[in-house]
Amino acid sequence: MKRYFHNFGERLIEGILALSGAVTSLTVLLIVVFLFKEGLGLFSQHPVSEGGVIVVNNQNPVKELSAKQIKEIYDQNITNWKEVGGKNQPIKIFRLEDITDYYPEEQLGANFEYLPQRLSELVSKQPEIIAYFPEQYLSKNFQGHPIELENITLGSFLGGKEWYPTIQPAVQMGVLPLILGTLWVSFGAILIALPLGLAAAIYTAEIADNKVRNTLKPVIELLAGIPSVVYGFFGLVVLVPLIQKVFGLPVGETALAGSIILGIMALPTIISVTDDAMRTTPRAMKEASLALGATKWQTIYKVVIPYSISGISTAAILGIGRAIGETMAVLMVTGNASVIPHTFLEPVRTIPATIAAELGEAPQGGIHFQALFALGCILFLMTLIINVSVDMVSAKKKANR
Amino acid sequence: MKNLKKVQVVGLFLATVLLGACGGNEGKKENTEAGGTTSEASVTLTAKGSDTVLPLAQQEAEKYMQKHKDAAITIVGGGTGVGLSALEEGTTDLAMASRTLKTEEKLKFQAAKKDIKEALIAYDALSVIVNPNNKVSQLTREQLEGIFTGKITNWKDVGGDNEKIVPYSRETSSGTYEFFKEHVLNKKNYAGNILMMPATGSIVQSVGQTKGAIGYVGLAYDTPEVKPLKVSYDQGKTYVAPSVEAAKDKSYPISRPLFFFYDATSESKVKPFIDYIMSEEGQKIVQETGYVPVK
Repeated sequence: MKRYFHNFGERLIEGILALSGAVTSLTVLLIVVFLFKEGLGLFSQHPVSEGGVIVVNNQNPVKELSAKQIKEIYDQNITNWKEVGGKNQPIKIFRLEDITDYYPEEQLGANFEYLPQRLSELVSKQPEIIAYFPEQYLSKNFQGHPIELENITLGSFLGGKEWYPTIQPAVQMGVLPLILGTLWVSFGAILIALPLGLAAAIYTAEIADNKVRNTLKPVIELLAGIPSVVYGFFGLVVLVPLIQKVFGLPVGETALAGSIILGIMALPTIISVTDDAMRTTPRAMKEASLALGATKWQTIYKVVIPYSISGISTAAILGIGRAIGETMAVLMVTGNASVIPHTFLEPVRTIPATIAAELGEAPQGGIHFQALFALGCILFLMTLIINVSVDMVSAKKKANR
Repeated sequence: MKNLKKVQVVGLFLATVLLGACGGNEGKKENTEAGGTTSEASVTLTAKGSDTVLPLAQQEAEKYMQKHKDAAITIVGGGTGVGLSALEEGTTDLAMASRTLKTEEKLKFQAAKKDIKEALIAYDALSVIVNPNNKVSQLTREQLEGIFTGKITNWKDVGGDNEKIVPYSRETSSGTYEFFKEHVLNKKNYAGNILMMPATGSIVQSVGQTKGAIGYVGLAYDTPEVKPLKVSYDQGKTYVAPSVEAAKDKSYPISRPLFFFYDATSESKVKPFIDYIMSEEGQKIVQETGYVPVK
């Protein structure tokens, strides 16, 4: 290896540079390890919230229920044990606070010391009951059997269609609507931003004269300086009613609103990076093209764009990166309904918005907390895949040239 | 080559030492700050949590600080859950809450060996709001349940125009979300396609500009852009409009208590502020800000 630095001062600079490199790589590694450590913890978790237990009467043949079935039972959409493989008898729902309907308070003891006994009694007496209460009240000789629930699996996490991370007794962690929502909004944003950004960059780099360019570029770059919450507010107050009116929708908070806002936010990045890339095209190449009789447009199309294609790819990556990870603006305009989107004119819920809205409330180390970290992992993998694939594409293009 | 590696190793080592040193410094700083507050007469308080309690707490804190020049109270929102987890971590003195503790939260505090006390400071009533152009002006609890659980999807089923119902809810971190679920939806879950808004202000904004919208907000948030509905909890026999008076005499059914939670060990620190809120003057502010006084 060639030595670039010789005297002591230069050695010191070399050390500092190496140090910054090491610290940066270490930080990235640390974040990734932390993210995945927390996120992967989810798959050893039980969907019944921590410290809780679901029990039924001993005579009840039902031993296993899915989280979805439990939700439907507690929402009273499933009202008969027959529907979940039991006897033909109505389901009786019991929550801990209902205990006073069955026993007067004095029978529970001043500090609820008789509560485990009473719960056991109640469950053994009621053949139709399904009871949910904290595990600490489960007495040793409990008359009844607990309902088994499957742990959360990767398949049920990625393929599940319902996102109810906080409900009791059993949470439902299906992130498919969130993943599709994120991809949907980002895809729309890039569809809007890339052609527009490319066109604007071609204009500023090749067509506009210096005076126009010198005023236009700072204005475009100013767009990048607007805080995202301002974009969100603009979207909510201006764009959402507009979309509602134009398309005659019942509700204006849609994926389209999110895509447009994100598109606008990604524009400055795409324009300035593309513009810089195009301006590095050697003058000789352009002049050669013009000298051969090519028109200005042919030169742009056949010389400038192919030459700066790696820069344009970088612009696209940065744009998509911003779109996928953007939180606040999207949180405000997309309506955040966790349903699988079919058109651009429906509300969607994105992964970053979900994390931002829910992380503050999720108890640390709990199942909800880990699920949000797992969402973070998914987001990380999504951007990683995009980066790697675009890198590969631009490398191939370079090799061809 | 060898040399460069050495430099890298030294760099890594240095980085660790530096990071460690930073951590140490921070710890010390916190310690001195905490020491300062207890030894001096001045009080620095932070209250964090429910966005519903936020406007009230701000008013109270402002008036309190005018009277006690040495007190500094910081009020932060974020949702009841946020406040309670901050209290558990010890990053706030007071947790503002718009509901009582959940079982798992009680267990958490128990596990952390923290004795948590509560102070009831006011009541809040929720009003169900619709767009002013909506014909419907009253609903029963059962109808509200049907709308928010996704069973009723058109306004014509509840006496309105043929228009799709667009229900708006708060995010899951909000105490209002839980309260509405418990008291209006009879503990059933919200429909999956419900629109979730990050703040009460956005619900008001959206309901004001969406014709088929319905949402719920604290009584204090009522504005002319939206229309509050009368609700009935007796299958449609009597409908009551939300108002401070109706909430105070308990004839309006959708009302809830607002709490301050605090660690028993910091009681001496937070007590003066809570006492002020409970005083006649403090309770007058409660009424003026649109909440319902305890007394």
